[in-house]
Amino acid sequence: MVQHIQDLYEVLSKVDGYVYPNEIELNWSILIVLYPYITGLVAGAFILASLERIFNLHVLRPTYGIALLTALSFMLVATMPLISHLGKPFRAYEIMITPHLTSAMAIFGFVYLWYLMVVLLLEIWFDYRRDMVVWAGETKGLKRFLYKVLSLWTTDISPKAVALDKKLGYIVTVIGVPSAFLLHGYVGFIFGSIKANPWWSTVLMPVIFLFSAIVSGIALVMLVYIVLTRIRKLSIDMACLDMIASYLFYILIMDFVLEGLDQIHRIYEAEESFEVLHNLVFGRLFFTLFIMQGLFGTVIPLLTLGTLQFYKPKALIRKGIYLVVSVLILVGIFFMRWNVVIGGQLFSKSFYGYTTFKIGLIGTEGYLMAAVWLIVPFLILSFLLWLLPPWKKHEDDPDVQVN
Amino acid sequence: MEQKKSKLSRRGFFKAGSIIVGGIAVAAAFTPFDGILFATEPPKGKGKWYGIGIDINKCIGCGKCANACKLENNVPKEPFYFRSWVEQYTIKNDGSILVESPNGGIDGFKQTVPDQDIFKSFFVPKMCNHCAKSPCVQVCPVGATFETPEGIVLVDENYCIGCRYCVQACPYGCRFINPEKGTAEKCTLCIHRLEKGLQPACFEVCPTEARIFGDLNDPGSKINYFLKNHTCMVIKPNLNTGAKLYYNALSSEVR
Repeated sequence: MVQHIQDLYEVLSKVDGYVYPNEIELNWSILIVLYPYITGLVAGAFILASLERIFNLHVLRPTYGIALLTALSFMLVATMPLISHLGKPFRAYEIMITPHLTSAMAIFGFVYLWYLMVVLLLEIWFDYRRDMVVWAGETKGLKRFLYKVLSLWTTDISPKAVALDKKLGYIVTVIGVPSAFLLHGYVGFIFGSIKANPWWSTVLMPVIFLFSAIVSGIALVMLVYIVLTRIRKLSIDMACLDMIASYLFYILIMDFVLEGLDQIHRIYEAEESFEVLHNLVFGRLFFTLFIMQGLFGTVIPLLTLGTLQFYKPKALIRKGIYLVVSVLILVGIFFMRWNVVIGGQLFSKSFYGYTTFKIGLIGTEGYLMAAVWLIVPFLILSFLLWLLPPWKKHEDDPDVQVN
Repeated sequence: MEQKKSKLSRRGFFKAGSIIVGGIAVAAAFTPFDGILFATEPPKGKGKWYGIGIDINKCIGCGKCANACKLENNVPKEPFYFRSWVEQYTIKNDGSILVESPNGGIDGFKQTVPDQDIFKSFFVPKMCNHCAKSPCVQVCPVGATFETPEGIVLVDENYCIGCRYCVQACPYGCRFINPEKGTAEKCTLCIHRLEKGLQPACFEVCPTEARIFGDLNDPGSKINYFLKNHTCMVIKPNLNTGAKLYYNALSSEVR
């Protein structure tokens, strides 16, 4: 509390121009940057998995399970930055019990639960049910117990039952794609619907959020796949990787075009807020917007992936390039979220000045806390990959039976 | 040329037709979702419906209103938390605009621009606009902030979860998070005083009577007299918030 007030005095001394007195404090910090970032990763990873299933892109099969488990790992922590950012975290449940239906935020709990429970968990369950039954027969002790619990004590793995699993899983995927669109488009709406804030208030915001989500999710799965094969000392499926990269390229183009359209529209219309936003992007947002998001997160990956569409160097070099590009894109999209969330609070709604964002290393809203919420999903993913290894699935021997 | 026979049977046609027509009829019968229409229809108060008037020509920038508000409502003393504050606008001869509000104007103002460079200067007291179509009420995810039948926008601090969405949604910067309570806070129009028949603290202390408030539904009220006899304007009318804080002599520079 005392430290917080001291920080605010420091920010006050750095205010440029005039901001309303209540605006000196930035209300949404790095944790709220993480929220759209993490949900975006979930939606994007899921959509990549769905491509394999709905459009029968079997070349993407090696990443299907990884993508689903990655989506689940990030989904499980998606609400944590939000809840820990609340002034009254223990009242968070109120949002589910008494949702105020005119609020975009009130629906989050339901969209989240729908996506987690109905889409992700069900799809993974149907996909792994037979394997869990098989694994329960092959393992011992705690692991065996876990498989039994997770498969809900089902034992039927007759071809008929497995075919039903596949069919139901397919239906869930079909429902899942619009749900993934809903989840992230909706997160964009939380920002896009705030008419008080001209940096946020654009009808394109949900669409931009959606496409940047898909870009970041695909990049994440690509990264996880490359790192996993490296750790497990397996040869990587380059056809799969090339296919992911080309999808990444096309969706990155769409994302770039949409964001460009948004900016061109702002510049051409040049409304009342134009000057303050112009000075914002060339001032306090220059580094994060033009360098991190624009150059490293968009232009370099676009040029690299574009070149690889017609010029294909050796597999090892391509793999290295994909690794670097996926990291660049993940960093770029993080800064895209940063520029929206933090950028939208750096200028005054009086349009007469700017405040600054002070963030510490420690504390509940510091860099370390943010790092925790980005590392925890990877720990969950490691556990899930141990428990439900996609590479050990009994894909090729459908007749396998256990007693 | 052989004509292809349509695969659609008569039974199929009626079935499809009735599903389409029935579906449209059912959809048409649904009441529109309030969430979308919120910002287009103001709630209609039948009893008292409070509005506020501020005469910029009368404000001398003494800052007593901002100070009285802090004292009356136990607002944190630090200069980052205000329910009511005063801004000093200085338009220079070269057209540039300087806005200042040191400590919300509580300690008064010092003009930093030399007299010969000033085109005009004035004070603008700011407070919650108690909007009829409040963006802050619209976005509250739990309904902790609400509008009373008298048109006063309040926060239930026992219910607020401190998500700060309302702070983001207020176009006028009138909300903050109380650093001790962790919940949203704003002007209550001193409802605890209104209930006792008293004026809000900031109105009470204003030495020039630059602030007027009253019942907009009462044709004979002070606020209606003020609105009739002055050219009044709200801040940011383009946002269609249904602001009920009307300023006389509002300059276009004020935002």
